[in-house]
Amino acid sequence: MLRSLHIARTGLDTQQTQLDVISNNLANVSTTGFKKSRAIFEDLLYQTIRQPGAQSSQQTQLPSGFQLGVGARTVATERIHQQGGLQQTNNSLDIAINGRGFFQIQMPDGGTAYTRDGSFQVDSQGTLVTASGYPVQPNLQIPNDALVVSIARDGIVSVTQPGNPNTVTELGQLQLATFVNTAGLQSQGENLYLETAASGAPQVNNPGTEGLGVLNQSFIETSNVNVAEELVNMIVAQRAFELNSRAITTSDQMLQRLTQL
Amino acid sequence: MDRVIYIAMTGAREVTRQQAAVSHNLANISTHGFKQELNVFRALPVVGEGARTRAFVLETTPRSDFTPGAIQQTERPLDVAVRGPGWIAVQDANGQEAYTRMGHLQISQNGIMQTTNGLNVLGDAGPVAVPPDQELLIGKDGTVSTVPIGQNLNAVAIAGRIKLVNPAEVDLVRGEDGLFRQKSGQPAEADANVTLISGALESSNVNPAEAMVSMVSLARQFEMQMRVIRAAEDNNRSADKVLSAT
Repeated sequence: MLRSLHIARTGLDTQQTQLDVISNNLANVSTTGFKKSRAIFEDLLYQTIRQPGAQSSQQTQLPSGFQLGVGARTVATERIHQQGGLQQTNNSLDIAINGRGFFQIQMPDGGTAYTRDGSFQVDSQGTLVTASGYPVQPNLQIPNDALVVSIARDGIVSVTQPGNPNTVTELGQLQLATFVNTAGLQSQGENLYLETAASGAPQVNNPGTEGLGVLNQSFIETSNVNVAEELVNMIVAQRAFELNSRAITTSDQMLQRLTQL
Repeated sequence: MDRVIYIAMTGAREVTRQQAAVSHNLANISTHGFKQELNVFRALPVVGEGARTRAFVLETTPRSDFTPGAIQQTERPLDVAVRGPGWIAVQDANGQEAYTRMGHLQISQNGIMQTTNGLNVLGDAGPVAVPPDQELLIGKDGTVSTVPIGQNLNAVAIAGRIKLVNPAEVDLVRGEDGLFRQKSGQPAEADANVTLISGALESSNVNPAEAMVSMVSLARQFEMQMRVIRAAEDNNRSADKVLSAT
């Protein structure tokens, strides 16, 4: 059958992926610590149907060959780890990272996940956990009689307790992890990322050192989705989808002519 | 059978092939750095005894359209677009030098600068290795400078320089993997006049209006070939009628 039918279909597929990615970005425009994705396309392989320099007769050669590309494909959906905006919340357990780095989260299966979402809470045991209830690493126990919890820029968590308001008890220090290739992290949902072979091993350090970001208490990091950009991309994706479906209609009409012979 | 039917057939066949090329351009309307294919028809006269009345049609790809695409700002430091003519040198699957204008780069887990489809970007001396860093900047001339982890922000280290080339367009051919190479197979000389824009990507240079118009005109051309085939069939039938009348 006509090649153009299948080639235009690859175009439809890529535009559909583009729209999926845009929808996901737009759906997460209010998700704390969300990082937008972007779909990246490349042209598929080319078929050489006639080699340049082939003989057109015994004495003459074809000056140029004939190469046919077979469409486009999505090569990656890449997460863009740009800093999101910082929004003040007045909740003492909200922590935003300003700069590079991820919080470490202990998963129920014992593994470690990484997140930028610092809207933490305290569970019934007094452990600092994420909104999904997974404990933050290193583990922090907040006493249930704590009056004020303060989290310093370098991650030191301290509390004041009733009875001795002048004594500040240090509970521990939050640490951040970085990766060589943050775009290589695997998205796990629930604002969590997992280490992969592509991301490299995590390097854990105190906030503010080794190029890591600092912590801001009572702030959350908003999503870094730019709505205007997504809407423009959506218009482009829709029109490109229409153009490719038009190519399919035209190919279909050509086939129709052929069958009416 | 009348010979005309075979000539019309080559016409129809080559039209479907060109339609495939137009579809390929349209399918890559969102592929960054894509250069559209330009295809043309060529007449191939039938050389033989008798009068030279016939010419078959052949489809050829003489070249790609190298006009630059529009520059899109992305603000991502590892996105680069080539300003004006020029190419980014990468290492293809066989380790040979090839050229692309698709500029979304990333750092692999081993610290090697790669394109998103996993090809190593070539520097002046082999692939560009980037140390673990806190800041990365790609300069206009392709210089990759970083601030290594644990250093002051003014301790800038030069990790390498992306090889930028600008061979003559007539010398460039598209390989089957979509990368461009020199016809001679030799790597091109680095050209200091090629400049990059960091934080931007070059969009595909496919012109949708042009592609739609050529798609419509090709469809009509195909119909015409079908008409010719039908006319040949009618002629044949009339001739049969005359012969079978006796």
